Amino acid sequence: MTMLTESQSEFFEAKIARDEKIEPRDPMPDDYRVHLIRQISQHAHSEVIGMQPEGNWVTRAPSLRAKLILLAKIQDECGHGLYLYSAAETLGISRDEMLAQLHAGRAKYSSIFNYPTLTWADIGAIGWLVDGAAIVNQVSLQRTSFGPYSRAMVRICKEESFHQRQGYEIMAQMMAGTPKQRAMAQDAMNRWWAPSLMMFGPPDNDSPRSHDAFRWKIKRESNDTLRQRFIDKTVQQAEVIGLTIPDPDLKFNEVTGHYEIGPLNWKEFYDVVKGNGPCNQQRMAHHIRVHEEGAWVREAAQKAMEQVNH
Amino acid sequence: MDTQLDLWEVFTQSKPGQPYRHAGSVHASDRQMALQNARDSYTRRGETSGLWVVRSTDIAATTLDDNPSFFGPNDDKIYRLPTFYTMPEGAKNI
Amino acid sequence: MESPLLQYLFRLGDDSLILGHRLAEWCSRAPTLEEDLALTNMSLDHIGRAKMILEYAASFEALGRDADELAFGRDERHYHNLLITEVPNGDFAVTMVRMFLFSAFDVLRLDELSSSEDETLAGIAQKGVKESRYHRRHAADWIWRLGKGTDESHRRTQQALNSLWGYTAEMFDMDDTERVLLEEGIGCDLHTLREIWKKDVNEVFTNAGLTLPEDGYMHRGGRNCVHTEALGHIIAEMNYGYAMMQA
Repeated sequence: MTMLTESQSEFFEAKIARDEKIEPRDPMPDDYRVHLIRQISQHAHSEVIGMQPEGNWVTRAPSLRAKLILLAKIQDECGHGLYLYSAAETLGISRDEMLAQLHAGRAKYSSIFNYPTLTWADIGAIGWLVDGAAIVNQVSLQRTSFGPYSRAMVRICKEESFHQRQGYEIMAQMMAGTPKQRAMAQDAMNRWWAPSLMMFGPPDNDSPRSHDAFRWKIKRESNDTLRQRFIDKTVQQAEVIGLTIPDPDLKFNEVTGHYEIGPLNWKEFYDVVKGNGPCNQQRMAHHIRVHEEGAWVREAAQKAMEQVNH
Repeated sequence: MDTQLDLWEVFTQSKPGQPYRHAGSVHASDRQMALQNARDSYTRRGETSGLWVVRSTDIAATTLDDNPSFFGPNDDKIYRLPTFYTMPEGAKNI
Repeated sequence: MESPLLQYLFRLGDDSLILGHRLAEWCSRAPTLEEDLALTNMSLDHIGRAKMILEYAASFEALGRDADELAFGRDERHYHNLLITEVPNGDFAVTMVRMFLFSAFDVLRLDELSSSEDETLAGIAQKGVKESRYHRRHAADWIWRLGKGTDESHRRTQQALNSLWGYTAEMFDMDDTERVLLEEGIGCDLHTLREIWKKDVNEVFTNAGLTLPEDGYMHRGGRNCVHTEALGHIIAEMNYGYAMMQA
């Protein structure tokens, strides 16, 4: 931990004020670094843990086409985890350390991935709703002040453009299918809608740490702003294919031009964050087991390279 | 002690003749693995004609403190720019 | 009864379908994120190839089934894949040794089929051979690392090789189907590929400090649709989502 000199501090503040990107070797306040490491590693962990609920269906996808699309999509999530770990590593933390933090429960990942994927329609709902929500957030983060994070976001947004469409296509096809398929799609909608809205985090007046994040331009738009943007575009998409939004209080406000939703169950949100979601234990156990089972392979690669200059 | 293998920086060329640009990084134990990992991580959409990888520890970089003395002295040498020169009226292709 | 060409396409298509399935099982389970991407890339290559081959088969097969029904709707006694493709993944060494043994063969086979009289098949083979060359190289590099790495990795890799070796002879069997297709200029002579394959395989394992086992008992049956118990579970799993969406 080092204190910035006055001129370093001025340099940092001036760059932020001019909307210029902060680069890894630039002077930056420790709190800025710590905040970024926490946020980027959490984002990376989310991508990687997110592979599990979708991976649950890769060997059971209903067609060859669907299998290829799903596999390519999960592969992207893996790649995006990798880009984000890379971005965090420029701040001086190693991937080893980040994984150790995750395994020790000191780093979090998005709570949404603690819900189970029960039917094929859940894969549609994840692509359409969960990726849809993630994209709204990630588009906003392209303007984040830390250069490597911003560049990772640009690359990720470009690659993710097909993710939401493939999910929506699944939902649309099921809604145009048999009564059983329509029921399956609506059931998935009912289970994933509220958790997707809660992905944006707690309401603005209840969001810890966001003050610094705004001042440093790490975060560019508030939780509620982003959530509203997602709601406004998603409600229309649901209507087009005949899905009902599972919220009896949902209404369109003619004055503001926005949809208004009923209260969200934040108690459930915090329960899941605390580890009590349906799949928290399973997701972490899987990640730790894979990490441990792969140790001998990584060690072998390291040793082989040390022995001979390949 | 567990290892996630060494960190390598990846540079991609999008088309033949284009410059190589920094894309990000991968972990790998050796050059072959670094190249293959870079291929699988950064060229999944087939938009690449070349790849470079280099161990991150082998990259030297300037620091901000260097900037004034490192880059400053060159910003007043405008005679290095073609627009500095006055060409006679009517001369072509120069 | 399936025509020789249809049987032949099932052999090629099912090899890729089942191996692609095994590789897909690695999704979120690889030793590094980078290797997760590599394994799923190879899976995508194989499932993509299976799709092309089964679509071709569907274009003329008598029962009018589409590629998905061929992939997910047959019963176990109608899959023609090599047994080596269905062997459970085991540890990373088993997966890489299988990938190498199979890909080294696949490169040779597809190289021959690239000039097949059957233009559709030739086109699929020309695309596939590039993919399989990369798979072979990726697996060969890993075998070198695992062979040279630690005592544990060496032991696991030798063990994987010993356990898989008995599944390799089947790759080169010339039965009636193979002979008919060879005579028609569509297939290739697998016998002649065996020696080239053996040389390649021997070189890669020897370089890694590993020993090729003696040719002992050789498992056969995949080409006649007589499989190990593992295949039925793969089919049950693959069929689940397909059946769900037929309802």
